[in-house]
Amino acid sequence: MTQRHRIAIAVNGTTHDVEVESRRTLVDVLRHDLGYTGTHVGCEQGVCGACTVLLDGEPVRACLVFGVQADGAQVQTVEGLGDQEHLSPLQETFSSAHALQCGFCTPGFLMLVTAFLRDHPSPSDAEIREAVASNLCRCTGYQNILRAVRTAADATASGDGSAGEPS
Amino acid sequence: MADPAAPIRWTGTPVRRLEDPRLLAGASRFVDDVNPARLLHVAFARSPFAAARIERIDAAGAVAVPGVVAVFTARDLDLPGLRPVLERDDFTVTEMPLLARDVVRHAAEPVAMVLAETRDAAEDGAEAIAIDYDATDAVSSIEQAIADGAPLVHEAARGNLLLDAAMYDHEELDAALDAAEVVVEQTFTSGRVTAAPMEGRACLAEWDERDRRVIVHVSHQIPHLVRTTIADLLGLAEQRVRVVTPDVGGGFGLKCVVGREEVLVAAAAVRLRRPVKWVEDRLENLTASFHGHEQRYVVRAGFDADGVLLGLDAEIAADVGAYACFPFTCGVEPLMASTELPGPYRLTRYRARGKAVATNKPPIAPYRGVSRPQITFVLERLMDMAARRLGLDAVEIRMRNLIAPGEFPYRSAAGLLYDEGSYLESLQRCADALDHDGWRTRQADARARGRLIGLGYSCFSERTAYGTPAFASRRMAITPGFESANVRMDPSGGVTVAVGTLSHGQGHETTFAQIAADELGLRPEDVRVVQGDTDTTPHGWGTFASRSIAIGGGAVKRAVETLAARVAAIGAHLLEVAPADVVLADGAVSVRGAPERSVAIAEVARAAHHAAHRLPDGAEPGLEARATFDPPGTFSNATHGAEVEVDPETGAVSILRYVVVEDCGVVINPMIVDGQVHGGVAQGVAAALYERLVYDERAQPLSGTFADYLVPTAAEIPPIEIHHLQTLSAHSATGAKGMGEGGAIGAPAALANAVSDALAHLGVEVDAIPISPEWVLAALRESRANVAAGGAP
Repeated sequence: MTQRHRIAIAVNGTTHDVEVESRRTLVDVLRHDLGYTGTHVGCEQGVCGACTVLLDGEPVRACLVFGVQADGAQVQTVEGLGDQEHLSPLQETFSSAHALQCGFCTPGFLMLVTAFLRDHPSPSDAEIREAVASNLCRCTGYQNILRAVRTAADATASGDGSAGEPS
Repeated sequence: MADPAAPIRWTGTPVRRLEDPRLLAGASRFVDDVNPARLLHVAFARSPFAAARIERIDAAGAVAVPGVVAVFTARDLDLPGLRPVLERDDFTVTEMPLLARDVVRHAAEPVAMVLAETRDAAEDGAEAIAIDYDATDAVSSIEQAIADGAPLVHEAARGNLLLDAAMYDHEELDAALDAAEVVVEQTFTSGRVTAAPMEGRACLAEWDERDRRVIVHVSHQIPHLVRTTIADLLGLAEQRVRVVTPDVGGGFGLKCVVGREEVLVAAAAVRLRRPVKWVEDRLENLTASFHGHEQRYVVRAGFDADGVLLGLDAEIAADVGAYACFPFTCGVEPLMASTELPGPYRLTRYRARGKAVATNKPPIAPYRGVSRPQITFVLERLMDMAARRLGLDAVEIRMRNLIAPGEFPYRSAAGLLYDEGSYLESLQRCADALDHDGWRTRQADARARGRLIGLGYSCFSERTAYGTPAFASRRMAITPGFESANVRMDPSGGVTVAVGTLSHGQGHETTFAQIAADELGLRPEDVRVVQGDTDTTPHGWGTFASRSIAIGGGAVKRAVETLAARVAAIGAHLLEVAPADVVLADGAVSVRGAPERSVAIAEVARAAHHAAHRLPDGAEPGLEARATFDPPGTFSNATHGAEVEVDPETGAVSILRYVVVEDCGVVINPMIVDGQVHGGVAQGVAAALYERLVYDERAQPLSGTFADYLVPTAAEIPPIEIHHLQTLSAHSATGAKGMGEGGAIGAPAALANAVSDALAHLGVEVDAIPISPEWVLAALRESRANVAAGGAP
């Protein structure tokens, strides 16, 4: 259990070499070994999705992935989307739609939706609802998260890369 | 047409939140994001039994785990426990020990604290502690706890009653009930739920050797209360304790009480002179934290033939668990319920008795709504049950009983003074939005096609902005209520507003900035709101009970008014006109009616600090102001309406439409207000249909994960349609009333009434929440059995 392994993980394009215990989860590696604290831990039970990151492009619960499983992988976290001065269109849309309140679950939703919109550039409302239902939010009742995703999808579909004002 | 030359009013504008960028970019700072050098991590050894005597604790196994630095038991620390007090004869004071010493009173009660170099090592250490328990009989429900001969949770609380308060007893009540055309007698229950914020509780304490004091980072709603509590229990002067609440990942009441763990973490940091962190995991959050809303109401309500409510008799019991929460006590639910049960209806004859019943389960704390979801559920069910028996329409019976315009201010049967509201209008608007007049036809058509659909309403008044008198009447030894704000303009004209409230999702960094910007003629982004640091903010009572916009916003407005008057006076002096002849707008002080004659506010600020010789005679250098605000309380109101469909095969309830017509007075930021309604309704839907913390008959927790405790997802929460009314309150400096809890208050009643309407022809009346599929199927089976036996359904 306490055996240690050297692994290499590329986070938002920067490669890190780190030594981890076998039982160390990816979210602990990211947060505590590498300092990417934008990814949050909501349940450690694989239900809430607050820790969602992209592992080789696919959204995963980082609390259900061991660090050693991410050896050699590309990981994308919320810090890779855009900083405070240069928010990405999706981040901008979350703000203009008021799709966050306490903001604790928000990084997980942003990563989930980033992959979803990449794979479903013209989603139906039902597809959006199903995707958003992957993660838990306790503040918003999901109303404005759904609206933000709809707005971001429409902006992408219309070729307007900038964040639209939500309708 | 708005006058294009009129200054911008930020109040009423959906300003994008100033706190968003850091939260969106992963640049926020929650407690677990703070990692000082030499940090120690905490794990607790917790009781596996709900009731037991502790025979022996052997920590040797834990000390031997590599990385474990210390193990503390109650005897090692020898600290007093948390002892919340109501100064009432009908209340029994008990103490919640920080760590159990000789007995445990609920499963997952902390018994020993392990500190280690890593969280993993701390958890290994907690598992390696050998604790011998002698399990004793536990009580797991109100019924078990009040049964003759039941084991006592606390020796001092006979009959397991921590509070037994006969509150109101109108002399004409019994006669009125005797004379009533219809008396509805019913028992209603609600399940145990919990706030479950996405960020659980968390605490990091570090000893600052330079200043010889402890700095506590804590995920909390009332930082100043945490400071007082830690200082008192550790025997420190308050200036030796600094409490910082950085970003807080939701609270909903859970974090407005001081927990054992937060005090223990501070104690360990002081003792070990090292930073110490504890982050609650989800199992702890669901089984070892604070719960709420598990209540039972035995009620009798009498109505005359016209449906007019003649009297109400209520016996209210709350399962408050094993301890009282600090500082609100376990009286918080029964007292709130007794005082506010009369709701938005005209009622004079009222009797209430509120009991706090101890069980061997975790303690309760305030959770969004605090008894109001239950009292609204009870009262609104009574209205519908009476209407059905009298052959009245659900809207009509309410119209006949709601307090009407012209009757405000209204003194309730419990003595509360309701300020102006729009009770009738909100119901009418909601009924119109749901096409109430066409409902029975639509329902009959649906039933003809085998579909069970129902429509339900809930009307409620939401007491908000509880000031000092409201809490004092509860006789809390620690009495919250007022709020404070310090405002300062810096030499560049930027404004810092320091407040005692604590936004944890409600967007005060934006709404308070809007209030300040309007007074000063600045933009919200010119105003920085500082909160959550006892070193830099004035004493205040944080954010809970829908208090912040009405009380904290009032303090901000008053402080900023003083500051604005000083800016105006200096500006007028520089412009060589009288102070009464200037206005503050668009970042400048200008002569009224002659905007070309102006001086920039930044220049005024510069003069106030860097050229004090240019100030008017007698003017103090610098630009600061302070104010407090302590209103008597206001009442928001709303009507919720829900249309549901019940699946008779699965028992599942789906929500077809959900409409809210709410009135919280002046809306500062409509986007944020809608967001609060959305989130509240979602939590109300959760309590009505999905969430329940299940305990077995030995008081063992069965809901330890989010796979067992069903926080709804986007698939369960329907689109929520919101309409606004705006009744101004004389009890609010800004005209705004609180509204953070209303969504959660209205939803269970509306849904219970809708489900009951869907099943009314089958003789089913909802008397318990959550309305689980199992409950629905059992009710339908009973209905069929009654028909088969030749009776009514």
